[in-house]
Amino acid sequence: MSFVTMLEQISSGMLKTILIFILTLIFSLPLGWIIAFGRMSKNKIISGITGFFISVLRGTPLMLQLVVVFYGPYFLFKWSIGNWRFPAIIVGFSINYAAYFAEIYRSGISAIPVGQYEAAHILGYNKLQTFFKIILPQVIRIILPAVTNEVITLVKDTSLAFTLSYMEMFTITKQIASAQTTFMPFAIAGLFYYIFNLLISFVMRKLEKKLNYY
Amino acid sequence: MSEKTIYLEMNNIKKSFGDLQVLKDISLSVHEGEVLSIIGPSGSGKSTLLRIATMLETMDGGSIKYMGEEAVYVENGSLHYAKPQNLREIKKNFGLVFQNFNLFPHMSVMKNLTDAPIHVQKRNKDEVLSEAKELLRKMGLSDKEDYYPSQLSGGQQQRVAIARALALKPNVLFFDEPTSALDPELTGEVLKVIKRLAEENMTMVIVTHEMSFARNISDRIIFMDKGVIAIEGNPEEVFNSDNPRMQEFLGKLKHE
Repeated sequence: MSFVTMLEQISSGMLKTILIFILTLIFSLPLGWIIAFGRMSKNKIISGITGFFISVLRGTPLMLQLVVVFYGPYFLFKWSIGNWRFPAIIVGFSINYAAYFAEIYRSGISAIPVGQYEAAHILGYNKLQTFFKIILPQVIRIILPAVTNEVITLVKDTSLAFTLSYMEMFTITKQIASAQTTFMPFAIAGLFYYIFNLLISFVMRKLEKKLNYY
Repeated sequence: MSEKTIYLEMNNIKKSFGDLQVLKDISLSVHEGEVLSIIGPSGSGKSTLLRIATMLETMDGGSIKYMGEEAVYVENGSLHYAKPQNLREIKKNFGLVFQNFNLFPHMSVMKNLTDAPIHVQKRNKDEVLSEAKELLRKMGLSDKEDYYPSQLSGGQQQRVAIARALALKPNVLFFDEPTSALDPELTGEVLKVIKRLAEENMTMVIVTHEMSFARNISDRIIFMDKGVIAIEGNPEEVFNSDNPRMQEFLGKLKHE
């Protein structure tokens, strides 16, 4: 196999890796808010259930969660899972990352002094206005570094999709490496992951700077 | 005094935190244009009273009226608020200046002042902006419009907070120890602003530890002690009272 072919195949996997990455963020970032609100709910049952949910998702391997999400429907309900592979990967990643994001959001919200809520209340802001105009902008600035950490981890975690034999970059890399008995694909894939994360760090640093206006 | 409208009326306010009875049957009223100072030792319940008046805290007994309208009362141990739309109107009657300013750090000075009038009260934007400029000028902060709170000194921040409260045009303005979080050299500028407001006949209720200030600007002073109003009267009556608790309180302050 020529170097160029190798590069082409790995690049095609890279696109799938990026797809997992983007879709996971699209679903997990908002879902994290829902989980965070559930966790902070005054209703003991809701906060208890969400708390348990978070602890399971953080306390078991993501690899295992992917396997459960993929094969679960078959073992539980005998459903056909033929077309379920890719959706299962997105669902598995999204739920897992949402749990982590939820905890980050929660820590950000609890860092806002109660005086901010009281001032907003006295000035007549309703609950939605208070959250979106007063609290959220401050929370985003607080949590951005922690979110960046998770996003960088996600880039690397996409390789776990190989557990479900999905043809993303790492799965392809491994296949080429064992077929050709060469170490080269790993070096290329490693470089790709690294460059991808360099880009992310760069963008997030810009964003942090932008939010550091106060 | 009696012909003037009563802006705020609090009747038989009771409040306990657990076993501790913080307010024991407190009644007071505030008239149009009046400056009322509430003084007393720490733990006497004066801040709690203010938080109840501004409905940041619930009460266990009593009632609160603004401009003669019932905002909240307790009957058979449960709270009854005015209907939501009425309550919103009633709450427009008062503003509050916090001990810790509580400015919104992510908003510029100008935005702190104008956001609520524009987005909560839905008032005309240009009108709000020009009023805000005027308020900042009065506070001596015209050049700070585009600053963020973190770029200002404590005294400047508190003056912005006062302007922010005034921008909503409240009938009564409450102050919760407005200078307690400030360095001594910064308290003066804030007190001066409050004094100016008093001269403009702004109706104010001020919880404070600044005795000479309270004596100077108040029409009436309430000395609270252990959850009751121990003395109430004009500044001379209160400061010259032979009430032993008041004398003890003043004596302690002198030795500080």
